[in-house]
Amino acid sequence: MDSVIERIQKGKFWQFHGGIHPPEQKFLTCNKPIAHMPIPTQLTIPIRQHIGQAGELVVNVGDTVLKGQALTRANSPMSLPVHAPTSGTITAIKAMTIPHPSGLSEPCIILTPDGEDLWQQRKICPDFQLLSKGQILEKIANAGIAGMGGAGFPTQVKAGTLAKIDYLIINAAECEPYITADDLLLQEHSPTVLDGINILDHLLAPKHILIAIEDNKAQAITALKTATAANSKVEICVIPTKYPSGGEKQLIKILTGQEVPSGVLPSSLGMVMQNVATCFAIADAVINDTPLIKRVVTVTGQALAKPQNFWALIGTPVGDLIERCQYQNQKYKHLIMGGPMMGFSLPHDQIPVVKTSNCILAPSEIEIASPFSSTSNNEVECIRCGQCADACPAQLLPQELQWSAKAKDHKQLESLNLFDCIECGACAYVCPSQIPLVHYYRVAKAEIRQQKLLDIKAEKAKVRFEARKQRLEREKIARAEKHRKAAEARKARMNAGTPAAKAEKSAVAAALARVKAKKAQTSDQQADAVAPEVSDSKKQVANAIARAKAKKLALKKQGQIDDLNTLQSNESQSSVTLSQAAPANSEQKAKVAAAIAKAKAKQQRQSLATTPEPESNATSTLAQNKPQVEVTNDKLAVNENEQSDAAQDNIDRQQKASITEEANTGTVRAANEDDNTRKAKVAAVVAKAKAKKLAEAKQACSSQDKDNLATKQHAQQPTAQQPQQQAEQTSDAAEKKARIAAAVAKAKAKKLAATTHKSQPLE
Amino acid sequence: MTTLTAILVLGVIAALFGALLGFASVRFKVEGDPLAEQLDALLPQTQCGQCGYPGCKPYAEAVANGEAINKCAPGGEDTIKKIADLMGVEVQPLDEAHETDNSPKVAFIIEEDCIGCTKCIQACPVDAIIGTTKQMHTIIADECTGCDLCVAPCPVDCIEMIPVATTTQNWQWDLETIPVVQIDK
Amino acid sequence: MAFWIASSPHHHQQSETSALMRLVIYATIPGVLAQWYFFGWGNLIHIALAVVTALVAEFTVLSLRHKKISTQLFDGSAILTAVLIGISLPALAPWWITVTGSLFAIIVVKQLYGGLGHNPFNPAMAAYVMLLISFPVQMTLWQPPLSLLALDIHFVDTLSVIFSGYTPQGYSVEQIRTHIDGYTMATPLDTVKTNITMGLTVVESMQSATIGEHFGVGWEWMNAGFLLGGLYLLKRKAIHWTTPVSFLTSLFVCSFIAFVISPDSSASTMFHWFTGATMLGAFFILTDPVSGATSVKGRLIFGALAGLLVYLIRKFGGYPDAVAFAVLLCNMAAPLIDQYTRPRTYGHKL
Repeated sequence: MDSVIERIQKGKFWQFHGGIHPPEQKFLTCNKPIAHMPIPTQLTIPIRQHIGQAGELVVNVGDTVLKGQALTRANSPMSLPVHAPTSGTITAIKAMTIPHPSGLSEPCIILTPDGEDLWQQRKICPDFQLLSKGQILEKIANAGIAGMGGAGFPTQVKAGTLAKIDYLIINAAECEPYITADDLLLQEHSPTVLDGINILDHLLAPKHILIAIEDNKAQAITALKTATAANSKVEICVIPTKYPSGGEKQLIKILTGQEVPSGVLPSSLGMVMQNVATCFAIADAVINDTPLIKRVVTVTGQALAKPQNFWALIGTPVGDLIERCQYQNQKYKHLIMGGPMMGFSLPHDQIPVVKTSNCILAPSEIEIASPFSSTSNNEVECIRCGQCADACPAQLLPQELQWSAKAKDHKQLESLNLFDCIECGACAYVCPSQIPLVHYYRVAKAEIRQQKLLDIKAEKAKVRFEARKQRLEREKIARAEKHRKAAEARKARMNAGTPAAKAEKSAVAAALARVKAKKAQTSDQQADAVAPEVSDSKKQVANAIARAKAKKLALKKQGQIDDLNTLQSNESQSSVTLSQAAPANSEQKAKVAAAIAKAKAKQQRQSLATTPEPESNATSTLAQNKPQVEVTNDKLAVNENEQSDAAQDNIDRQQKASITEEANTGTVRAANEDDNTRKAKVAAVVAKAKAKKLAEAKQACSSQDKDNLATKQHAQQPTAQQPQQQAEQTSDAAEKKARIAAAVAKAKAKKLAATTHKSQPLE
Repeated sequence: MTTLTAILVLGVIAALFGALLGFASVRFKVEGDPLAEQLDALLPQTQCGQCGYPGCKPYAEAVANGEAINKCAPGGEDTIKKIADLMGVEVQPLDEAHETDNSPKVAFIIEEDCIGCTKCIQACPVDAIIGTTKQMHTIIADECTGCDLCVAPCPVDCIEMIPVATTTQNWQWDLETIPVVQIDK
Repeated sequence: MAFWIASSPHHHQQSETSALMRLVIYATIPGVLAQWYFFGWGNLIHIALAVVTALVAEFTVLSLRHKKISTQLFDGSAILTAVLIGISLPALAPWWITVTGSLFAIIVVKQLYGGLGHNPFNPAMAAYVMLLISFPVQMTLWQPPLSLLALDIHFVDTLSVIFSGYTPQGYSVEQIRTHIDGYTMATPLDTVKTNITMGLTVVESMQSATIGEHFGVGWEWMNAGFLLGGLYLLKRKAIHWTTPVSFLTSLFVCSFIAFVISPDSSASTMFHWFTGATMLGAFFILTDPVSGATSVKGRLIFGALAGLLVYLIRKFGGYPDAVAFAVLLCNMAAPLIDQYTRPRTYGHKL
């Protein structure tokens, strides 16, 4: 280690690979003092200005805040607060474009200054040596200090490292062209910067403090030398100017000859690096209790008439700064935040200055005609000239990376150590084919990161999917187990022999039978569906049969009703005639009644004889096929015919009866040519007609039912007995109704007769 | 005699080499992943079922058994290309029947409309919806694969697929998308 | 007023591939001048012919490939290839040799492989080798230096020979090539090789008229001219020093070892340096970035391998000169060399 210091004292340094010498252009601003920017009309303060998480908001819209008041509160180790740069009112908290290459929006606090610039109460601490390390770190954290060189890493995390530190390196290299913010800060505020360095010395207790500064900043070097003359621990290392010597890894290599292993923090090598502006902010925060609310910004470029460094409040719009430097109107406005090598284009000029903004570059059109804009198309094929590899400070192979990036070969990119690229832009700067190499790497890096996230997500989704499948499987098994247990319990109960169990058993059996029947039916329906044509024709046939049956039945019914009517009329008549004493008729009546009874009995017999047949057929051959069913159908039809024959017989007899009745009436008429009896006869006829009508209506209903049933019957051939029964039932019901109607008619007729009887004496 | 010797020598050499090859194939056998496993690793694991299979694994198995490689809508062209590479077949354009907008999305339940029917919970292949009967449901956005399967079963149409927003964290350096403010002066 | 979005770095050193190519073409001028001075108009005519053919071929292929013609046609790469072909052909070769060679170089070797930056072989050397193998008679019609010719050959004579095979006076190529003493003249390398096979020592061979005072009449100056151009390129950092240095060192070492072992059958180191296409190969062909190795270490290996191959082929091969073959063989080895000479990335162990 002593050799390292000896080398440095001799002015000898190591070299990092590659590097370039772009035109410095620092003369534009390096000789002008830092000017103070007046308070702008509005400040836009992004709530996240560093690497890490945003703090938690502690103010609301409409709140009045004092200068230096915290607007957010840190709620995790990697979050930092932001502060009010001046006193004023919070007018809005909304998403605004933040200084980021993407030009995307993030939540910002809009502060309208009141112009008073009133400080909140501060506690000046003249001697930081009295404070404990914890207190100092807390002060640094509460001041919201993040690395001001560009990356924005929370300073308290770096300063609070527990590693044993050999070298505290203060980075004043400022290797990017144009930028002079650190240069001017050192020229004007070296003592304060040194205070900051002393605070860090107190915190980290390093063996050596190295201040690295490029040899193109003579005034700053002089200022530093005077300020540190008394401090033997501090070594001022004037390193040769070369871009990117200000890169953390490159600077460590230059000063100590060591390389920071990939993916490791310098603190593991016993080194901590801080930017000079950060040191200034630390001194301000610890000694003056001033949070990070302003910074030095270089506003430069040949598009400006008066480029200069400014003390700008955090949140100052870029437009205000360039206006103040007298921006010359250009056809294309190109504003760059940061230097020409690593800065990013701004989409508009209302973007605020943040903690990491060290430069606003407004180049003229000739000055920086970037070949890498999204619109220009100067890129030609790579000719493998290897100039990029010679310039790369990380010793990568930019041309190979570029091919792999174009081919999206992520595996190869990672094996070529893409993630060791510091995006310094040296390769693209030298590329004769004008390939925007860095852009390809950035896109590739973003894609790889995204892909990794997606892979993790996919893996998680897979695990969750598998877990769900297992859960569903488990639940299914559990359900099946539950059912099985319940069934077992029931069985046990049923086998217990109690009457309740028996009842349950029979109920179960009935249910099973029902289910069986239903299954059979559905299977048959399915069979039907298979042969729709056949079943259609069959259906038609069945329908026709059913219709015929219904008709016959109706006729039969009618006949029965007629029978009844005649009976009834006979009765009424007889009741009339009886009074007139006609014994010859009664014999005939009895005969008719006997005939009717006989016919009825026959009919019943027939129906009894026919119905069991299809039933047995159906039950014996549950799985019988269509033709057989057809046979039974035919049989049924035959039976039906027989039945209808019987009915015909009935009707014939009824006709006979009516004839006899007619004869009867004729004899009655002949016997007593009475008006009364005529009236009664009329009434009887009316009643008969009524009854008939009623019966007809009933029959229509029942026949319709029968039609329906017939179609059903066809579908339900195996269970033919059911609709048969139903048909019987319905016909029974119709009969009953007809009978009731007849009875009603009878009663009416009786009444009428009675009235006629009554009226007779009146006449 | 010379011919016989030649045949004999060649025969012996052939036998030797055959034996050598046979030995090598046994000795240096590479225990590779079964094809279905490798295919499964390429699929996006959205478990969306748009391919007609109940999840990514079943589709991977089907592809291994000769199913068309172009049915994975969420994976899109990239996945088809990877599968084609692995299977050593021609890249096919995405099946039209499965062609959808495959930009990343996440399901979102409009909570005031939710009636708590649990139908979406049953549909979710990765159990990313929480809620219970008669209670409002919500989606764990981090777990959602954007598979779209919960949208159809919802009886009140309260589930929307919203595109994943671009943030500074997942921005892909697409400079073309930066809204450049035009100022006319 | 519109804002302008660009990706960093916003600065660029404003170098262009076409400028690089132009610089290389300019650097051939001293060598070409020497060639013209000693061998007449032949190669200049071939260069012109090759350039025209190459541009036509490039234009045709670029328009077929729907590429941006305005930038790519004049990026200088096709012209450079054509110039190198023109320089390396025998001065009195018939015109169709040049045309065929240029077409082959541009269409097959360059564009069919994907155009600039994608060709695995140096187009000029691939074309040269193709011609040498396909048309050995025409490709060995080496014209002796003007000073040794029996006839006076002027621009018109050369032009006529190239296009018709005869001078206006009716002399054929063979007659032109025939020495006053009645024997056909060859290149110095050829002479030495033939003499060694005939049992003569190198020292005896050095008495030959073609060799003259040093290492070959005209050839030594031509090589000196290319060396000068190469040094200019090195100074302008258009080419990296590694390949030429390693190639020349390797050739020097090889020939020195052989010379030490058997001085009778081995030519001197400087003879190897200053005859044939050594300097052209060292500064203009091996340094072609597209088909060469990229890393510093890789280039050192690439150059050394080329030097070794050139020596071996010259000494033991069937052809007198070997640069074209050596370059093609090295082109084949370049990807492998690159693979194994990747630099150690910062922060990584090897």
